[in-house]
Amino acid sequence: MISTVVKVALPVNEMLDVRKHRLGTDGKRLSIVTGIHGDELEGQYVCYELARRISAAPQLLTGIVDLYPALNPLGIDTVTRGIPAFDLDMNRIFPGRQDGDMNEYVASRIIEDLSGSELCIDIHASNIYLTEIPQIRINELHRDTVLPLARLANVDFVWVHGASTVLEATLAHSLNVRGTKTLVVEMGVGMRITRRYGDQLVDGLFRLMKELGIWQGSVCEVRRPVISENPADVVFLNAPLSGVFLKGKEHGGHVYAGESIGQIVDPLRGIVLCEVTAPKAGWLFTIREYPMVSEGSLMARILSADAFARETAREADGDGA
Amino acid sequence: MEREVLFEMKALYRDDLRVTGFRFGQGEKALAIVGAMRGNEFQQLLTCQRLLTRLQALEKQGKLRSDRQVLVIPCVNPYSVNVKKRFWTIDNTDINRMFPGYAEGETTQRIAAGLFGAISGYARGIQFASFYMPGHFLPHIRVMKTGYEDMQGAKAFGLPYVVLHTPRPFDTATLNYNWQIWGTKAFSLYTTDTAQPDRTSAEQAVDAILRYMALQGLTDCGCAGGEASTVVSTEEMVTLRSQASGFLEVMAAPGDVVRCGQTLAEITDPFLGGVKDTVTAPVDGVIWFQHSDPMIYEDTAVMKLIPNERRQLE
Repeated sequence: MISTVVKVALPVNEMLDVRKHRLGTDGKRLSIVTGIHGDELEGQYVCYELARRISAAPQLLTGIVDLYPALNPLGIDTVTRGIPAFDLDMNRIFPGRQDGDMNEYVASRIIEDLSGSELCIDIHASNIYLTEIPQIRINELHRDTVLPLARLANVDFVWVHGASTVLEATLAHSLNVRGTKTLVVEMGVGMRITRRYGDQLVDGLFRLMKELGIWQGSVCEVRRPVISENPADVVFLNAPLSGVFLKGKEHGGHVYAGESIGQIVDPLRGIVLCEVTAPKAGWLFTIREYPMVSEGSLMARILSADAFARETAREADGDGA
Repeated sequence: MEREVLFEMKALYRDDLRVTGFRFGQGEKALAIVGAMRGNEFQQLLTCQRLLTRLQALEKQGKLRSDRQVLVIPCVNPYSVNVKKRFWTIDNTDINRMFPGYAEGETTQRIAAGLFGAISGYARGIQFASFYMPGHFLPHIRVMKTGYEDMQGAKAFGLPYVVLHTPRPFDTATLNYNWQIWGTKAFSLYTTDTAQPDRTSAEQAVDAILRYMALQGLTDCGCAGGEASTVVSTEEMVTLRSQASGFLEVMAAPGDVVRCGQTLAEITDPFLGGVKDTVTAPVDGVIWFQHSDPMIYEDTAVMKLIPNERRQLE
């Protein structure tokens, strides 16, 4: 059943309508949300594929799956990360306010609708500049409650990061503090759909549905994610100067210390401005996709080889739980 | 006055990004003033222009303390101003959500760090801020409630109102908040507008700053005018929200004293012209904020009032 979560009249002959698709009628509820950032589309395929697979065998669903493919419909329509006309990042206004302005009101109704889900998955695609391997990001404040579920989501990497006051205004934080367990997925790149990542995550979502007891069909064995909880494990590589970045490595591969991952060039002069090299050996889990860089632009993230080996061994030994 | 580049960043196809400051006096770091940080803050830039004109004149007359440094930075983000884009050109991030900045981080974190390095250590700081929603304000001083706020200092500007604001999570990455945390007495000065320059309001802001400087012993020019400020918290204001969307026709402006029941605005159907919503004052008070876009969304703040009850407390 498709229903309206919140509806607001726009000035000229149009309603802003945030809708959801409910599969199943009763039982525990899994909510899948995406499209908070209008230029991140990876979750569109996940919603489609999940609905398609469940609809093909509805008798196997013994709970509820709610799909919210477009929390920011105007952003999606205008290829805009934030909320158009307000230039607001929707993921900085949660939990919203019932008596607030239009955007805060919409945010509050979304929180109200999602609250009480057994689990919520918020799917992002990094942004239009970076490509990411499928990963889950967890605020350290909620580690204990959501990490066991993150292990089952069939992602390659789980990154437990430090708490930040600014992140208190995200959907995931707002739901987690209300007792609705929420995982944030980042995968692929903005403005594109990477079907293999979508399929990988959908397999993980069925595994989670099995865990919640709401899916009676068979599920795939999920991959063991590398889990990083130490901030020092992750190296950020920022552009030392402005130019055009020519990517030399794909994300998901391993690099050795000093290995080139690309070049920053100056097309006007036809020269290489800078060779971009890995400062540490490790796993390249983020790489820049958008070629233009300013000084400081993020170009890559690397999980150090030591941390990768340590965490991989720990997971293999089964003592990561 | 000395002109200097406080922070510089090279680009591929554009001129270097230069954050330029104008320094008066030497010695103790007394006051830093930051103007436009976003690309549409033309009023903030204009206010700095008028302030620099007045400060240069005072300096020539020997009325500025030479043993105190006053630094004015009219524009932190010329790249965005020059292309009329509110936030950062490439990734649309807001420099005023990046403080205290990070010199090894992303581009706007580096700009914030460069700026913050240049303006840290000043005893006092003033930022010409802007609101995310288009609208006109009653000029006022806004102070974040951090535990370090200087309310006496805020009143020294002599503007009718000082607004005390309880920070929300995103406020913790603003300049005003971080300035306070790092030991600067910080004030945000709001004039009437943002994208549409208003010379009268800019001059009013400059008067307020010179009044503040005089009371802080930074100038020798007296401090004519000004009034006893009323302190109002954001929670005490009455927000009047639209119950419909459409064309907005306002019938009152910031500073107007209004009566309970008075019609302040109407929202009309953009096709047929019928009145969809009438916004009336629920209490006696003065209008502090008025939405300025011709079209308005539902549940949007049309006006904010300071109730008379609150005004009479001071």
